[in-house]
Amino acid sequence: MIEIRQLQVAVGEQLILRGVDLEVGAGEVHAVMGPNGSGKSTLAHVLAGMPGYTVRSGQAQLRGVDLLSMEPEERAAAGLFLGFQYPVEIPGISNLQLLKEALNALRLRRSEKPLDAVEFLALVRKRGRFVRMPEELLRRGVNEGFSGGEKKRNEILQMAVLEPRLAILDETDSGLDVDALRIVAEGINALRTPGRSFLLITHYQRLLQHVEPDRVHILSNGRILCSGGPELARAVEEQGYEQLEEEASVDVGSVA
Amino acid sequence: MAQQAEELENVLRKDYAAGFYTDIEADTAPPGLSEEIIRRISARKEEPEWLLEWRLRAYHGWLKMREPRWAALRYQPIDYQAISYYSAPRTREGPSSLDEVDPKLLETYEKLGIPLHEQKLLSGVAVDAVFDSVSVATTFKKTLAEAGVIFGSFSDAVREHPELVRRYLGTVVPPGDNFFAALNSAVFTDGSFCFVPAGVRCPMELSTYFRINASNTGQFERTLIVVEDGGWVSYLEGCTAPMRDENQLHAAVVELVALDDAEIKYSTVQNWYPGDANGVGGIYNFVTKRGECRGRRSRISWTQVETGSAITWKYPSCVLRGAGSSGKFYSIAVTRNYQQADTGTKMVHIGPDTTSTIISKGVSAGHGSNAYRGLVRMGPRARNARNYSCCDSLLMNKGCSAHTMPYVEVQHPSGCVEHEASTSRIAEDQLYYCRQRGLSEEEAVNLIVSGFCKQVIKELPMEFAVEARKLLAVTLEGALG
Repeated sequence: MIEIRQLQVAVGEQLILRGVDLEVGAGEVHAVMGPNGSGKSTLAHVLAGMPGYTVRSGQAQLRGVDLLSMEPEERAAAGLFLGFQYPVEIPGISNLQLLKEALNALRLRRSEKPLDAVEFLALVRKRGRFVRMPEELLRRGVNEGFSGGEKKRNEILQMAVLEPRLAILDETDSGLDVDALRIVAEGINALRTPGRSFLLITHYQRLLQHVEPDRVHILSNGRILCSGGPELARAVEEQGYEQLEEEASVDVGSVA
Repeated sequence: MAQQAEELENVLRKDYAAGFYTDIEADTAPPGLSEEIIRRISARKEEPEWLLEWRLRAYHGWLKMREPRWAALRYQPIDYQAISYYSAPRTREGPSSLDEVDPKLLETYEKLGIPLHEQKLLSGVAVDAVFDSVSVATTFKKTLAEAGVIFGSFSDAVREHPELVRRYLGTVVPPGDNFFAALNSAVFTDGSFCFVPAGVRCPMELSTYFRINASNTGQFERTLIVVEDGGWVSYLEGCTAPMRDENQLHAAVVELVALDDAEIKYSTVQNWYPGDANGVGGIYNFVTKRGECRGRRSRISWTQVETGSAITWKYPSCVLRGAGSSGKFYSIAVTRNYQQADTGTKMVHIGPDTTSTIISKGVSAGHGSNAYRGLVRMGPRARNARNYSCCDSLLMNKGCSAHTMPYVEVQHPSGCVEHEASTSRIAEDQLYYCRQRGLSEEEAVNLIVSGFCKQVIKELPMEFAVEARKLLAVTLEGALG
């Protein structure tokens, strides 16, 4: 699904990602974990095309297509979705309006017929069940006056409606109480299909107790430090990142 | 439903375009303003003696006045002796075909979906075909007449209802009110007149689109709307299509009078030629619009979408004289390229328990300059008067500017004034969020701006609101630059 090779990314003069290699197969769920400042969010945003990052070298391909040369909206049309850590408020525009415009813009780019209001509403109602989104919230301004949990549920709802091939969820679990976390996790699980992949970016193991990943990668200081199965997430929880980093540096040292 | 509205719209537009071409007279006066010219204007219109005297008093007042200089506007001095005031027999010295028209303008017409023959009318190209729309007009006139509503050109009203015109003309905007109002009072050529008698709810939205015989109102337009006790009217002025006009200076006057329990809703979409991308050409629009809530519990609201003109100087105001009356002002002003707008409102609370609301949204792009200037005054008898003002500015890029100048004067201890203001750059994170969801940059800008302006757009009559959104989108194309 996505193939990232030796990706080096800087903000201004400062190198943030120092050569990241990552591959997620179709239908797989991968988790990227790491301490604060390790480059997790940078990885998410550079893949989505946020302005302000400089790609120094390396490449990223989504289903064989070069991602890094595309505009953000082209990446969205190619099937990439980013669930934001801090979803943005857009006053005066209802959730439904944004979602309808977005869906129809994507459909047009893919040469599909735009949905009319009736078809669209039916679709949203169907998908809204995944995240138990009250209809009243859909009519409010985009994320306007939403609680942290509502904003994150809204991200999952958007994902459910836009049906991406690859969903990158940036710290979707942060700031959620236990119930909201479960609802979000159920939403993700409901959308797990053989044709859709996930990259879950998270600091804690909490979300991964509800959404079992196929692979876990530890990102540290701009590089993938180590990768493993779900047990790696549990090891992080028990030992902390420092322990892992030390072990890895010993490994690297011994190889050298 | 939407399609029906659109078809109706088309019919109305054609009427309006046709109205432009009735009654074109061949004689032209030399440029310049003098008593002689004013006498000729009045004589040609066969006006009663009192109106001629009214014009002449305005003219002599104007001679002693100075052009106001306090607005945040910069423009070359206007030579008032270089203008031809003798009612506008439109010169046919305009472009001879669409090939000679600013291609940018044509592009805009295309985007707004304006038919070719109408494009020619709007851009001033001579055309032969004139639409016959008398039947539609007659139908409207009949419906209005049955309801007792008088609606037509100002000249017709002077002939047919001189007592009404005389009773109300200049009672809201006196001829000596300001420099441009005085000029208008001296030389106004035509405009609209509307009278809604007591207890009548006007059966349709009144639109200048079908002001069939009120053509050539152009440069110095005069509008007077009077609604008697308990009456209601909604009046739409303007057109979303950018209109080319050889007359650079426009100085209109609009007066509204609402008696006990009457309501007037006045909506404007102004999109006159703004000049080209380098700031060359474009209309100077110096307008005086004022409504008086003369009766108890009367209500007046102004809603405006201002996207055109090189210079906009305009402060639709409400004088809240009647106890418990209310005034509202909803405004969107967009400036780009080198456009300048100094616009806002005055809410003058005279009677007790009067309320006013001001919602102003300014959008600036390019080198555009956008100023909100507003006055809220509560006089010594305005017990329990209340005002709420909210002035927001959105900046699209670095070269543009926004200014907010609220003036507040409260002379009664119970007065309550709330003012909120904000200025923001269009947010990068909002654009990025929308683009990640699949919208192009332009679509994202449109969405964010339309959200920013929503409070005002929702005050417009429905078909107008649809057009206004389209107009905002077209106006702001490529505005991020």
